Amino acid sequence: MSETRYTKDHEYIRIEGDTGTVGISDYAQGQLGDVVFVELPSIGKALSKGGEAAVVESVKAASEVYAPVSGEVVAVNNELEAAPGTVNEDPAGKGWFLKIKLTDAAELDGLMSEAEYQDYVKSL
Amino acid sequence: MLNRQGRPTQAGDAAAERHETFTGNRALQQIEPLIFEIGHHETTGVDIDKPAPFKSRLGKHARKGEIGLPGLSEPEAMRHYVRLSQKNYGIDTGLFPLGSCTMKHNARLNEKMARLPGFSDVHPLQPLSTVPGALDVMLELARYLMTLTGMPAVALSPKAGAHGEACGMMAIKAAIEAKGEAATRNVVLVPESAHGTNPATAALIGFSVKAVPARPDGTVAVEDVKALLGPEVAAIMLTNPNTCGIFEPQIVEIAAAMHEAGAYFYCDGANFNAIVGKARPGDLGVDAMHINLHKTFSTPHGGGGPGAGPVVLSERLAPFAPVPFIHVENGKSRLVEHKAEAPEGNDPFGRMTAFHGQMGMYVRALAYMLSHGSDGMKQASEDAVLNANYIRAGLADLMSLPFPDHPSMHEALFDDEWLKGTGVSTLDFAKAMIDEGYHPMTVYFPLVVHGAMLIEPTESESKASLDLFIATLRDLAIAAKGNDKTRFTAAPHHAPIRRLDETRAARQPVLKWEKPQPVAKAAE
Amino acid sequence: MRYLPLTDTDREDMLARIGVSGVDELFSDVPAGKLLTEPLDLPRAKGELEVERIMGRMAAKNVAATSVPFFVGAGAYKHHVPATVDHLIQRSEFLTSYTPYQPEIAQGTLQYLFEFQTQVSALTGMEVANASMYDGSTGTAEAVLMAHRVTRRRKAVLSGGLHPHYTQVVETLSEMANDEVVALPADVKASEDILAQIDDSVSCVVVQSPDVFGNLRDLAPIAEKAHAHGALLIAVFTEVVSLGAVTPPGAQGADIVVGEGQSIGNALNFGGPYVGLFAAKSKYVRQMPGRLCGETVDADGQRGFVLTLSTREQHIRRDKATSNICTNSGLCVLAFTIHMTLLGQAGLSRLAEVNHANAVQLADALAGVKGVEILNESFFNEFTIKLPKPAAAVVEALAEKGVLAGVPASRLMPGAGLDDLLIVANTEINTDDDRAAFVKALAEVL
Repeated sequence: MSETRYTKDHEYIRIEGDTGTVGISDYAQGQLGDVVFVELPSIGKALSKGGEAAVVESVKAASEVYAPVSGEVVAVNNELEAAPGTVNEDPAGKGWFLKIKLTDAAELDGLMSEAEYQDYVKSL
Repeated sequence: MLNRQGRPTQAGDAAAERHETFTGNRALQQIEPLIFEIGHHETTGVDIDKPAPFKSRLGKHARKGEIGLPGLSEPEAMRHYVRLSQKNYGIDTGLFPLGSCTMKHNARLNEKMARLPGFSDVHPLQPLSTVPGALDVMLELARYLMTLTGMPAVALSPKAGAHGEACGMMAIKAAIEAKGEAATRNVVLVPESAHGTNPATAALIGFSVKAVPARPDGTVAVEDVKALLGPEVAAIMLTNPNTCGIFEPQIVEIAAAMHEAGAYFYCDGANFNAIVGKARPGDLGVDAMHINLHKTFSTPHGGGGPGAGPVVLSERLAPFAPVPFIHVENGKSRLVEHKAEAPEGNDPFGRMTAFHGQMGMYVRALAYMLSHGSDGMKQASEDAVLNANYIRAGLADLMSLPFPDHPSMHEALFDDEWLKGTGVSTLDFAKAMIDEGYHPMTVYFPLVVHGAMLIEPTESESKASLDLFIATLRDLAIAAKGNDKTRFTAAPHHAPIRRLDETRAARQPVLKWEKPQPVAKAAE
Repeated sequence: MRYLPLTDTDREDMLARIGVSGVDELFSDVPAGKLLTEPLDLPRAKGELEVERIMGRMAAKNVAATSVPFFVGAGAYKHHVPATVDHLIQRSEFLTSYTPYQPEIAQGTLQYLFEFQTQVSALTGMEVANASMYDGSTGTAEAVLMAHRVTRRRKAVLSGGLHPHYTQVVETLSEMANDEVVALPADVKASEDILAQIDDSVSCVVVQSPDVFGNLRDLAPIAEKAHAHGALLIAVFTEVVSLGAVTPPGAQGADIVVGEGQSIGNALNFGGPYVGLFAAKSKYVRQMPGRLCGETVDADGQRGFVLTLSTREQHIRRDKATSNICTNSGLCVLAFTIHMTLLGQAGLSRLAEVNHANAVQLADALAGVKGVEILNESFFNEFTIKLPKPAAAVVEALAEKGVLAGVPASRLMPGAGLDDLLIVANTEINTDDDRAAFVKALAEVL
């Protein structure tokens, strides 16, 4: 069973056991426009909740992607290097950014559920 | 009148259809390949005799392989670059209302002066006894800049605006170090509306950046600045007139607050053209301000440079000005090229560039200043402001002003509120202006205004030119609101090229020409 | 007021349309008492003729390079520029255009930037080049910052053969950014042991060839050791014509190459404006400063060019940009690329050959003057001579005899104990007579 939680900065984290897959939401990719480059962290890097985890670039904008929770980077999506457009086409699936091993699962409590996030996006 | 040649004199049915041409050219618009596609490795457009035999002193460093560059004969080169030029829009083509860029007339007198052999054909390191006239130009330009700004010193050498910013901020950092506060004063305040070079410059020099919020009326409030002040604040970088086209009404109070907190006031002088001869930064409490000679003083923008960014400095920053500078003592001037040669009381923070800065630009700017005189420069600023406000008055009922409560200085700022629901974006509107024969205004800057359109006509436009521009934008605005969408979203229709795929350019960067691979080989 | 089209009637009509009674009402945000009421203390407007007279008088006080036997170099070089170049760069559509932010009406600028990038890549032997920096010195400082970003280290080692102004520009910026710089002492004979400086703490090694004394340097061993320690080699040149004759830095393992491009297409201009060349390995492209032009297609599939990878730059990335550079050297780039197109590799090789031949001829002749010693083992078009007297005084004495003989090392490096050294350049512009005049005058002065 997996569960997806969201931040106010439009990152998602899909939890599977003690690991979470991080990416940006469909709303976020729509706002950014065509993604042309993704800068990913190195494996093993320790991230703290709210800290910079990656950078996603469109033609005229660069946005930081923040870590939804604290933890260690255990995998990154190297496919994005050659095909950054995947973030636009399939943000929740093949367009993931990185996998993180959680240090404190309680941090998830502060994030939004799918339904809460959809309401949040509607309010913007 | 009799026509004895049998030549048709009527336009005929020429208007009936436009067909594709065999060449792909469209009369004056010629498709032009890259030099690598038309040149040959053995071709050259210069005639240089082979030297008499001699013994090389290159040793083992002699080049082995060939360079891989084609040449063009002189007629081919001439035609290539003339054709390229015809795909460009310049000030001489038409109104160029690029906000914050001051695209004013570039007088050819200035070009002529810069090409006098006594200026263009002198070396920066030839004996100083052979270049007194070059030092005269620098001294005279410095005098003009100091007088116009009301500041006691100027560092001439920075190469462009951002380089000038770096110079000014380095002087501030040096002054802070001299006070022994280097470890603690490391924050620079930058308004959200600032040009990107400001935060980039502060970061370059090792400061961290704290944003000052923009007030709803497009200005910076002294209370907001005061709320951010503390012993860690080194300086504020404030553009005045600001990027929303407004003269900061509380600038004097902001300067005083900075000084009271032991910090400095860096002013971005990009918009100085609005106030030359009308107000002096020195009277407002500015500590350092760069001046873009390529904006305010009409040296040509040249497709993105070269510029020049002299920095005027207050009394407290003047001792830290970088080398080189000219020191005048007892009527004698001396070029100080090294820190160790600096006169007593000076502590130059270092050097910004090799040699002495943009002499070619100094000459052009000085020729402009001499031509205009103090009376003409004041008139130019008044006309620049008048023109911007005239455009604003002519469009305010159709387009929306984010900051209606302040008069505009030399540029009028609109937002895209008025385009809501039309399906036309600021970018589309800008591209439709191209079809009408205009260069678009600055768009999407400043960032604090949604869909910003920043229009700076400069003083170089006649009333007739402004009237036609206003009428054109009104026609476009009405069309945008009237759902004439394709005039915008597919624009430009009449430019040498249509909208370009910038996503593709960024995803698969092709940054130089590569020889096409034969198909068979590519398939391997 | 020949540059101002508005008439007084226009101004009155416009003020009425705006709804203000006078222009100063538009300046109402200027704080009380700060609006100037009197013209500033500067001369009044002047006609063209008068301006020409004033500027002409100042220009006439300077000795132009073309008017005398001229051997001054050390970072800026007098070369012949074809008349075509200066004609073309003064075309309105080039001269009076802006940075090509609207690509549909700036394909002229964009295409020549693309051609320029390709030319610089080929010349330096590098994979990618940008659309220019201000000049060689500022480009070198930017290259050091770029190396710090790539390696995540903050220590640069500068060769003692690097132009002292370049060294100072790097030192100034590094000091401000709290980065470490190890600048080796002036290295007249290219004998320094720079390899000993390279360890795992070093971000980059900066080496110039031909160096400021004219020596050609072997970069390959430096690149090799730098790479073994995770550091980058930044190769610098101030005389781009040398690349017509010598092995390019890209073939010797350089990671970043920075050069002054003034020699091609651009006048001496007493030091500026010049044009900085900047090239790198393509894997570092996202860490490069400055503008990049790239190829793409338009809505009809037709080839076109745009500024690209802009997210590196200040207008998007702000305080996280790779550099604060905005305006660069547009028109000087155009002059460079036109001149280089006229030359082609055939012309550049020939030009380089003539430069080298002239310099060798001069060196041999000077070596025959009593008390003069040539210090270089190898050189291109510039070398250093040792004189029996302080070089600065010799240069002044020669200037009085109508020969501009070179740059005393003490002008660039005062207090370094190099007072008897003179850096001499000889390009294609000097004739046999010019060289003879130099040799004769020098013999007399010594």
